[in-house]
Amino acid sequence: MGGVCKMGQKYKSGGKLVENSAVYWLCCMGCLSLSALLAPPTEATEEVSLDSPEREPILSDGPSPAITPVTPTALIAPRAEPNVIMVSGMFEQSLDELEEEAAGDSFDIQISVSDPEKVGDGMNAYMAYKVTTKTSLTVFSRNDFSVKRRFSDFLGLHSKLASKYMHIGYIVPPAPEKSIVGMTKVKVGKEDLSSTEFVEKRRSALERYLMRTVKHPVLLQDPDVLQFLESSELPRAVSTQALSGAGILRMVNRAADAVNRMTIKMNEADVWFEEKQQQFENLDQQLRKLHGSVEALVCHRKELSVNTASFARSAAMLGNSEDHTALSRALSQLAEVEEKIDQLHQEQAYADFYLFSELLGDYVRLITAVKAVFENRMKTWSKWQDAQLMLQKKREAESKLQFTNKPDKLQQAKDEIKEWEAKVQQGERDFEQISKTIRKEVGRFEKQRVNDFKVAIIKYLESLVQTQQQVWRESDWAAL
Amino acid sequence: MMQEGLDDGPDFLSEEDRGPRAVNVDLQTDATLQVDISDALSERDKVKFTVHTKSTLPSFKQNEFSVVRQHEEFIWLHDSFVENDDYAGYIIPPAPPRPDFDASREKLQKLGEGEGSMTKEEFTKMKQELEAEYLAIFKKTVAMHEVFLCRVAAHPVLRKDLNFHVFLEYNQDLSVRGKNKKEKLEDFFKNVVKSADGVLVAGVKDVDDFFEHEKTFLLEYHNRVKDASAKSDKMIRSHKSCADDVNRIASTLYTLGTQDSTDLCRFFLKVSELFEKTRKIEARVAADEDLKLADLLKYYLRESQAAKDLLYRRGRALVDYENANKALDKARAKNKDVLQAETSQQLCCQKFEKISESAKQELIDFKTRRVAAFRKNLVELAELELKHAKGNLQLLQSCLGVLKGDT
Repeated sequence: MGGVCKMGQKYKSGGKLVENSAVYWLCCMGCLSLSALLAPPTEATEEVSLDSPEREPILSDGPSPAITPVTPTALIAPRAEPNVIMVSGMFEQSLDELEEEAAGDSFDIQISVSDPEKVGDGMNAYMAYKVTTKTSLTVFSRNDFSVKRRFSDFLGLHSKLASKYMHIGYIVPPAPEKSIVGMTKVKVGKEDLSSTEFVEKRRSALERYLMRTVKHPVLLQDPDVLQFLESSELPRAVSTQALSGAGILRMVNRAADAVNRMTIKMNEADVWFEEKQQQFENLDQQLRKLHGSVEALVCHRKELSVNTASFARSAAMLGNSEDHTALSRALSQLAEVEEKIDQLHQEQAYADFYLFSELLGDYVRLITAVKAVFENRMKTWSKWQDAQLMLQKKREAESKLQFTNKPDKLQQAKDEIKEWEAKVQQGERDFEQISKTIRKEVGRFEKQRVNDFKVAIIKYLESLVQTQQQVWRESDWAAL
Repeated sequence: MMQEGLDDGPDFLSEEDRGPRAVNVDLQTDATLQVDISDALSERDKVKFTVHTKSTLPSFKQNEFSVVRQHEEFIWLHDSFVENDDYAGYIIPPAPPRPDFDASREKLQKLGEGEGSMTKEEFTKMKQELEAEYLAIFKKTVAMHEVFLCRVAAHPVLRKDLNFHVFLEYNQDLSVRGKNKKEKLEDFFKNVVKSADGVLVAGVKDVDDFFEHEKTFLLEYHNRVKDASAKSDKMIRSHKSCADDVNRIASTLYTLGTQDSTDLCRFFLKVSELFEKTRKIEARVAADEDLKLADLLKYYLRESQAAKDLLYRRGRALVDYENANKALDKARAKNKDVLQAETSQQLCCQKFEKISESAKQELIDFKTRRVAAFRKNLVELAELELKHAKGNLQLLQSCLGVLKGDT
């Protein structure tokens, strides 16, 4: 909400207003700089800014070249800045409205990941995937477009989103996991069944990841996401490499987090959070178990189909040697045919269960993200508490100084107190904000989960019905 | 039914509990001699079979009587047939395999040890499954022993064997002890010698076309049956492990369902129920396959081995005959011990011809039996699979209907 333009002047009431679905633009006729509003401006366009005058303009990268884009300074900055928190706080409020509007918009966006292509040779080779977006949302410039991306691009997108949104309570969908073994096989060029399976698994995982990300109304509006989907060239995300400096930093951070987790004891005032956390713990446990069992089943079904195939061959041979009686031979052939059908049946069941197991795997990872968000809330709380303690200390220091006669030190102390009071207030606000966000996110997550599982289960059962019908038909024929 | 702790105390398996038995042979129900196993007891490490005979033959003291026999006594009977030269020309019905409950017992023990780590429902479920498995193995071994006896009883010559009558009638312990180490070693060496000899004998080209053809056929058939039997075993094992997995999934879904507070809980519970039922059906399918297909193949594996043995004996007799001929010629040439050589040649000739004659008939019978058995079992298997597929389909459709209706 630009209160002031580049030149330091307030946006005049005569400023041009450009509507762009959920984002409104205000243009300063004087310097032609832009400010974006996420809510329609009020009547008095003079006083459009909110409480604090130091709001910095936040924007999405303007797709239209006619307007000079103002770079979003605040948003990309790392978390510790109090500035950002303020910005995102304000961002928050208008995002609520944004979400409502997005819900009003027909949610029409389809992303597909296809055509995996091997680019390059040897150990530097990688798979490039085509990402095609079909949409009628106005936030995009075209209706149907595609770009080429590689796996590390996806990881880069995820890490950017995570650093922007996780600490304020949004559940960012996790990216598919790296797999050194799988990729090495592909790089080396082994054109066998397991590497094609691996590529297929990865392709579908990437597709699901993107769909989940854009289903989130806040993430959909994020400039990084839009850039990822639209722009033909993307800067290489180097920090996703396992052994890079950034990778090591990540590991250190993770270790620090683990220690923190154990030391922060939070006074949970809100029963809702406690319940939910417990629920998610249980869910996590059960889903992991289920995932394990489903994977085992997939494995065994594969085995079964292999064994059935080999049995069918053996039965055929047996039938061949039995040419004493034509009847005998017919019977053996029959046995063989039936086995072949059985094998098909198994393969299909396996393919569908594989979908189910992938879904479960996704959810296990998602729940990890949810747990991380809960932890962030705890961290915010602890920061708030720390700020309170500091304030306390400063107040004590000040009262001590009252009795000594050092006016400038006293002033300094008073200033510090003011500073810390502000921080405490901010901490409290942050905590409440993150709590609110989490509540909403969890609600959304649950809805998604319910939907996803229902759809998956129904699909799986339907496919089972189909295969059973086939088996029935074949057995019928066999019995004749 | 089964009591707690299968390892202690006798368990009863009453007549009613036995389902359809895998009868792999086509038997003429002859009123003059009917044998069956009416009851069986499973004790710690042995199984006691109650052999029940109904007969109108005068050689038996009563018309209907029962005795209790153990596995070793069956083996004794079988071996006595094999060692009897008079029966060299017949396919000796293959001996039933030893009852093997070790695997089951091990699993039960492991289950008992792991009791602490599972929930109560899981434990009871697994226990039930293990008991069902034990029961299935039990039924199978009973069936195989019975088939052996029935084959002997149906054979026109073997049924008159004295040892057989003793086996059926003598209601005290036959005090047949299992072979001790020394005897087992002897057996092993005998087998080695026999197989070496078998190779030699097989090399001799037979004059008779019929037998030559049979020889090649049986060899090939035997190998293929062995292969098919092994593969079918593997297949059935995979099937069983799939069913086990579905079981575990069902119980996890159930826990998920009870924990979940959203709409999904009903879903999960229903699906868990569904999986339970489909698992039972899948397990049944696997068991049927096992019974109809795997057992069939295994039995014919053993029978074809017995047929091969017959051919071997005949081949041996042929070689002996030819050797006797050569000896006779030599004796005649030297004009020494001619009479002796002549008598031995006569004996060999007789033996050979006797074997050849009966062997021909036996092999033809074998073929008829085999064809009939395969036909019967495969048809039954197809029908059962049909039934199960239908059942499965119904379950799935009804569950789907309920779930869809709720969304």
